[in-house]
Amino acid sequence: MPRRDLRLKVDEFSSSLGKLKGLEIEIGKIYAEDWDEPMGPTPWPTIGTLREWDRRLLKRYKPFYMPFCDLCCLCTFGKCDLTGDKKGACGLNMAAQQSRIVLIAACIGASTHTAHARHMLDHLIEEYGRDIPLDVALNTNVEAPNIRLVCGIRPKTLKDLEDALDYVETQIVQLVAATHTGQEGDNIDFESKAFHAGMLDHVAMEVADISQISTLGLPKGEPETSLTDLGYGAIDASKPVIMCIGHNVLPSVDIIDYLMGNDLFGQIEVGGLCCTAHDMSRYDKRAKIIGPISWQLRFIRAGIPDLIVVDEQCIRTDVLQEAKAIGVPVIATSEKSCLGLQDRTGDDPEKIVEDLSTGKSEGVLIINPRKVGEVAVKTVINVSKQRQGKKAFLIEDISKLAKSCRACGECVRACPNNLPIVDAMKAAKEGDYSQLASLYDLCVGCGRCESACPVNLPIISMITKADEKAAIMEKYPIRVGRGAIQDVEIREVGSPIVFGEIPGVIAMVGCANYPAGGGDVARIAEEFLKRRFIVVASGCSAMNIAMTKDEEGLNLYQKYPGNFDAGGLVNVGSCVSNSHITGAAIKIANIFAKRPLRGNYEEIADYILNRVGAVGIAWGAMSQKAASIAAGCWRLGIPVVVGPHGAKYRRMLLGRKENEEDWKIFNARDGQEVYVGPAPEHLFYAAETAEEAIVMTAKLVMRPNDTNKGRAVKLSHYIDLHQRYYGSMPDDLQLYVRRLQDIPFTMRDEVTKVLQDSGWVEDRIASPDPTLLDRLVRRRQ
Amino acid sequence: MSGKMILGQTAEIPGPKKALILPSAEVAATMIKKAKRPLLVVGSEATKITTKDGDLVDSAIRVMKGHKIAVVATAHLAGEFRKRKADGVFSMPLMNLGDRLRDTKWTGLDGKGRYDLAVFVGLPYYLEWLVLSGLKNFAGDLKTISLDRTYQPNAGWSMGLIVEKEWKEVMDKIVSSLGEAS
Repeated sequence: MPRRDLRLKVDEFSSSLGKLKGLEIEIGKIYAEDWDEPMGPTPWPTIGTLREWDRRLLKRYKPFYMPFCDLCCLCTFGKCDLTGDKKGACGLNMAAQQSRIVLIAACIGASTHTAHARHMLDHLIEEYGRDIPLDVALNTNVEAPNIRLVCGIRPKTLKDLEDALDYVETQIVQLVAATHTGQEGDNIDFESKAFHAGMLDHVAMEVADISQISTLGLPKGEPETSLTDLGYGAIDASKPVIMCIGHNVLPSVDIIDYLMGNDLFGQIEVGGLCCTAHDMSRYDKRAKIIGPISWQLRFIRAGIPDLIVVDEQCIRTDVLQEAKAIGVPVIATSEKSCLGLQDRTGDDPEKIVEDLSTGKSEGVLIINPRKVGEVAVKTVINVSKQRQGKKAFLIEDISKLAKSCRACGECVRACPNNLPIVDAMKAAKEGDYSQLASLYDLCVGCGRCESACPVNLPIISMITKADEKAAIMEKYPIRVGRGAIQDVEIREVGSPIVFGEIPGVIAMVGCANYPAGGGDVARIAEEFLKRRFIVVASGCSAMNIAMTKDEEGLNLYQKYPGNFDAGGLVNVGSCVSNSHITGAAIKIANIFAKRPLRGNYEEIADYILNRVGAVGIAWGAMSQKAASIAAGCWRLGIPVVVGPHGAKYRRMLLGRKENEEDWKIFNARDGQEVYVGPAPEHLFYAAETAEEAIVMTAKLVMRPNDTNKGRAVKLSHYIDLHQRYYGSMPDDLQLYVRRLQDIPFTMRDEVTKVLQDSGWVEDRIASPDPTLLDRLVRRRQ
Repeated sequence: MSGKMILGQTAEIPGPKKALILPSAEVAATMIKKAKRPLLVVGSEATKITTKDGDLVDSAIRVMKGHKIAVVATAHLAGEFRKRKADGVFSMPLMNLGDRLRDTKWTGLDGKGRYDLAVFVGLPYYLEWLVLSGLKNFAGDLKTISLDRTYQPNAGWSMGLIVEKEWKEVMDKIVSSLGEAS
């Protein structure tokens, strides 16, 4: 990005006009006068700067498109049918159109985090000033690895973050422009731009999280943050209950502040849904985490909240109707989500409270967080008095309702998971609610079944009611999101990760659009924790991990420590805390391997791709934000596995392990191009089942840089898991065993037989100092 | 079959090119038998779908006995085949398979050549929908059939939405035709 910053220093200058001494002119801002790291090759990259790196990745990991719609309807030439080899009126073909949609999704995701970050930063600067220093994590010098890497600056104060956001906003405009009719026409260039959007997203998320950590007193990377409660059972419904939904914690912070300032915290319950809940608990652990995004309808229908406060992202857009049905007002707090409500930001708080409490207003829009705090608390006290004895499901007898079911099956067809709702209704007609109750854990809470039902059955309410006793008792401990990974932790684990002795870093991230319930997330996490991988979690996944208990009643947060080390379960926090996961990978390259960070994107990504066995699993990925987060991982060389619904992102990035040419890289020691085997095999991959995801993930952590010992450790997990879930040895071992020392000792006989049968030859697969970048070759033969 | 079908009324329709409805079990079996290199793709839902053989895995195993079509299990389903002593099943993740089926240079799971017909059954509805979309758009020369009980618009040919009892009858006829020794 061209910078307008300029510094001109002249010690002495003579001319016919006279002499100048000690002249110093500064325009704009100068960074890092005390940062002695030289500027790398790609600070402030434009949408084309990293194109060649992207094309290297995309040459190996080719897109497999699965169009979600055969038509393009984005301009008035259309609709254009692009099926097969047809082209649209603008000349675009199907592959380009699909990649264009991928880019649009990534831009929406990146814009959403950027807008969130902008709102956060502007507000915090207004509250605390621009010169507040960034204080992100204990024992940490690299406070902002994504910003340092991408922008080439070392931010020290809030004001420095403004420049990073200015840059991101400028770039996103360029990217969106590329999707206009008659602009970009090549699918691989669209893909490269989607990668760019993902990279920007991680910068924006980092801005949002480190600014709130530095000013709001959120945990600074402490491994053992406190445990707080998650679930319906965490809420004392006999008290007034404020329910905050969304991702931007600012209004919730002011609600908590108002409660504390007026000594009301013990008298009023504050609970959150989705990422706002994480950040509320990071701000004050007494704030309750109700649950993931999928619980919105359930919790409202249960009649528990007395007031609903929505901020931004992933809120149900029909929340006003749902709230009205239980007689509860709504406060919207973001201009991005006004919900048709009157803006009362400038009004007297007492008047707003009166209007909300008496039902004169069903909801209001208040943009000022401080005013939200006061209005919310005063309103909930009034409303809860009126709702005494009404905090329950407002549905009739389940059996009576079920009798009106026509068994047409439309609900099943509308359900994303084709849940057997009709069978459950048939049983419910006879008074057996067990089948309805069994759907509770599997339902993603979208409500599409209700929209499809020709007799308007409140199916979500019926399912929740059928499991009401268990649901109301739900209460699980969850470790409060800690934020960043400390530099000192990176120093400890850098070597075992890079050499493969810690078999991998698994990031469990994303939304709650699960194919078979959230229990799979905990199961996947535990499989890797038991095997001493590092498991990092965020967002809804971090919540769902908490919601499975073993026979002794313990969940994973109680069984595994919170440090970034083998066998650690690290809850970093909310969506924007995902930047700390890529940040950790970046810091491994920088702190452990001493690779220069500043504006040096390609080299760091090359390092991560070839050396850091990190894999993201977004088992319930749903949103455009999940798409952009994933795209940021791809560009950094981190593979992402999604659940089957993730295939609806409409394209995968798949390697072809049998094509040897695709897996040749440079040996930085001598410049030779060598075959290293398909590691990692894919960059973006949808698994059909959790078992498939577990086995594939165990394979995707392999990297060309693994030592013999490291590769043996990784192979032992891959083989063991494959045998357990597939009932056989993997059929591709010959592509991952480089030499006999790679073979896990306890599996030597079995593996050797497989290798012999496949015609394996020792050392055909090289163990170089791996790089895709020709410029990193140190000496050429 | 066609008399009782609701032709894709609730399927997610992708665009103008939609699957034709298979008129009978015999036609489906004949199409498979006439193909030079057919492949039956059996998905992870197979153990949950009952057939006259037991479940779809049992039916696929009976198909394997006729040697008229290669059978590949997606996800971790191959483990289920092996438990039932059907070691001849191929195994490949669905994404890998979809990616290769569109590749004109791929020589198949046995290395003997590209498939000219892919028959899908037992996959999650939306996942099958998407992979069939990928093949419809990027593997135009590959014929595809969906044998699932719902209409799959992106297939070349689909059963359509039919009642379970009738579907079991149809499947039994197809399986019997393919499973019998040549």
